[in-house]
Amino acid sequence: MTGELGQLALCFALALSLVMAAAGLTGARADAATARGIAHGATMGMLVFIALAFGALTYAFVTSDFSIADVANNSHTLKPLIYKISGVWGNHEGSMLLWVLVLSLYAGLVSTLGRGGPQLTSGALGVQGLLAAAFILFILFTSNPFLRLDPAPFEGAGLNPLLQDPGLAIHPPMLYAGYVGLSASFSYAAAALIVGEEGWARAARPFMLIAWIALTCGIALGSWWAYYELGWGGFWFWDPVENASLMPWLVATALLHSALATERTGAFRTWTLLLAIAGFSMSLIGTFLVRSGVLSSVHAFASDPTRGFFIMILIFCAIGGALGLFAWRAPTLKGGAAFETVSRETALLLNNVFLVAACAAVFVGTLYPLLLDAINGEKISVGPPYYAATFAPIFFALLLLVPFGPVLGWRRGDLKASLRALAPALGIAAVAVVAVLAVASPRFLTGVCAFAVAGWLIGASILGFLKRKGARASAFAAALAHAGLGVTLMGVAGTTLWRSEALTVLAPGQTMVVGPYTLRFDGVTQEQGPNYRASRAHIALMDGAKVQSMLTPEQRIYPAEGQDTANTAIRTTGFEDLYLALGDDRGNGRWTLRAYVSPLAPFIWLGGLVMAFGGMLSLWGRLRVGARVPSAAVQPAE
Amino acid sequence: MTPKKRRRLAFAAAVLAAGAVLAVGIVYELGQNTQYFRSPADIAANRIEPGIAFRLGGLVQEKSLRHGSGADVSFAVTDGKDVVPVEYNGVLPALFREGQGVVALGTLNGSGKFVATEVLAKHDEKYMPPEVVDALKRSGHWKEGGT
Repeated sequence: MTGELGQLALCFALALSLVMAAAGLTGARADAATARGIAHGATMGMLVFIALAFGALTYAFVTSDFSIADVANNSHTLKPLIYKISGVWGNHEGSMLLWVLVLSLYAGLVSTLGRGGPQLTSGALGVQGLLAAAFILFILFTSNPFLRLDPAPFEGAGLNPLLQDPGLAIHPPMLYAGYVGLSASFSYAAAALIVGEEGWARAARPFMLIAWIALTCGIALGSWWAYYELGWGGFWFWDPVENASLMPWLVATALLHSALATERTGAFRTWTLLLAIAGFSMSLIGTFLVRSGVLSSVHAFASDPTRGFFIMILIFCAIGGALGLFAWRAPTLKGGAAFETVSRETALLLNNVFLVAACAAVFVGTLYPLLLDAINGEKISVGPPYYAATFAPIFFALLLLVPFGPVLGWRRGDLKASLRALAPALGIAAVAVVAVLAVASPRFLTGVCAFAVAGWLIGASILGFLKRKGARASAFAAALAHAGLGVTLMGVAGTTLWRSEALTVLAPGQTMVVGPYTLRFDGVTQEQGPNYRASRAHIALMDGAKVQSMLTPEQRIYPAEGQDTANTAIRTTGFEDLYLALGDDRGNGRWTLRAYVSPLAPFIWLGGLVMAFGGMLSLWGRLRVGARVPSAAVQPAE
Repeated sequence: MTPKKRRRLAFAAAVLAAGAVLAVGIVYELGQNTQYFRSPADIAANRIEPGIAFRLGGLVQEKSLRHGSGADVSFAVTDGKDVVPVEYNGVLPALFREGQGVVALGTLNGSGKFVATEVLAKHDEKYMPPEVVDALKRSGHWKEGGT
């Protein structure tokens, strides 16, 4: 019954999304007020039906209704409730339904909160409707989560144990909120091209911010999960699936900055439109990479070629259509406003140049293997050294320039005064260098440079906080986000340069040394979890002859899924992680144990959190200003 | 030429130059850091110079897994036609099994042994690395729905 209900709700949602597209695009004309009303109504209707379909699927997962193929293939009665729920999006079909749910949520937000003129909002809803219709069709024809199994099995096949983890339960919704959130900027940009309205950047800003915050958190969560779950001690592997989330983030960050200039002084008008289109295009390409089965990865569920083909056509239409519209309409719009060479606009321009270049480097590295495979069947992979040689220096140069943006004036800046204002930050950078040289060994030139830049970024942010008493929230938001970059940079430098590693086979009672720590192996016990069996190692962290604390890394076997996972044990001081992963059973009570000491590892994700907080502060400032001055036409005076 | 036009021209020239540098850098680094996928049959057919990093894929040969005294292990990778011995010092992935698919990253040493720096196994029982499927198909040892 639930299955049929969900299926029916999806069909209704498809009909309403088509109404939304037709009425919304008609409503972009000045004299079509009725159509605009219909578009808003259809948006809410679609949201309700998609939510109903999603609710039906969730209900089927929670009640373990194995007559539905998707549930039978991806769930199990013994699974804890939270993983029954997260199992809804832990598979291809359900995750596409989540994709559409997030898309309709953003459409609902545009309809209720979207500022901008009525024609602009209506046009944006129309474009969202087109996107929703295309993806609902994709679900119904290639990835229907409500297909029945007859006869229904007694037990489900379970969920990939790697995904049975609290971090991964919230990672996909967070990432989708970011990915799909860029659709709102995309729709606004397309609508602005159709209507010819210039105020779109202001109207779309809250949605850009929400998407960026969610994307930042989603990427940080994913990287944290990879760190503690995979047992390799790394936080970023330049896996194509990770790159698929990084590329939209880079473009979204560029968009946030360029839209700021467009909104304030009217600079980069057409460029900002192009970036909004590019941002969502990167999301679509990311969806294609992850969902089409062209990649071999934990995330790649689909192996049905029709899905890849369908998504490819969809991407082609969306990106091609938007770029066509851009080529046709952009020349009719007013060009960007002028600015002096020394100005905040120039700083933002450089920001965009570097971010787009960094994105291009990742894009080529990610797609080149697929291209080569398609051309001559040659299987290759592009390793981390490629990214270290291309992405890293571009991003490093960008970080060097970051502090200049906030201190330069709009239109015409004063370089000398800005340098004087930033001088104390140079002092903080010098302190960071001295601290690294005093504390760290061995001493790496890259490490010293990284800490100098981190000190420079954080120092400039502190100055921003001190000097701007009575300034708007946006100034504090920028300072916070930029400081977050510095914090993450320290974490990345600390873990990649100064990590120590030990790999030993230990018999009970034997000790090993890693970095400053001495560890004693006290043997392995067998434990029983709700849906797994675990071999749990007992490792004593020694302080002389005393036991300071116990760590218990595990190997888990999930019988239902026929899979094993390594569960690491991490002891953190906030400044340093001691990281243990249990390896193979070597007989006679001997086990392989891998240990890492990662200095500053927690800073990587802490920095991400600080960046996200910066975004939230900016959003809060926006909504507060918006509540005070309801008309979007009023110019805020930063 | 007005100053504004001159400035625009200078900016366009700078962007073009930067774009060219970026493109050259990317192409060069791609050439330096591309790792090819090779099956045991590929290695038997074409000699690969020692010291060049590539990815070796196939099935772990039955009864080939040997543990050394420390964390070092050796095993053999086969595609049903040819066999390549592999040495590795590290923790094998949890899903590493004899008779199942594996991909290893590393280089050949002088005596024809593959020294792996990284070993990846499949993620679950249903999954097989696509490159391995391809290699088995080429050597004629692919069983649909098998392994």
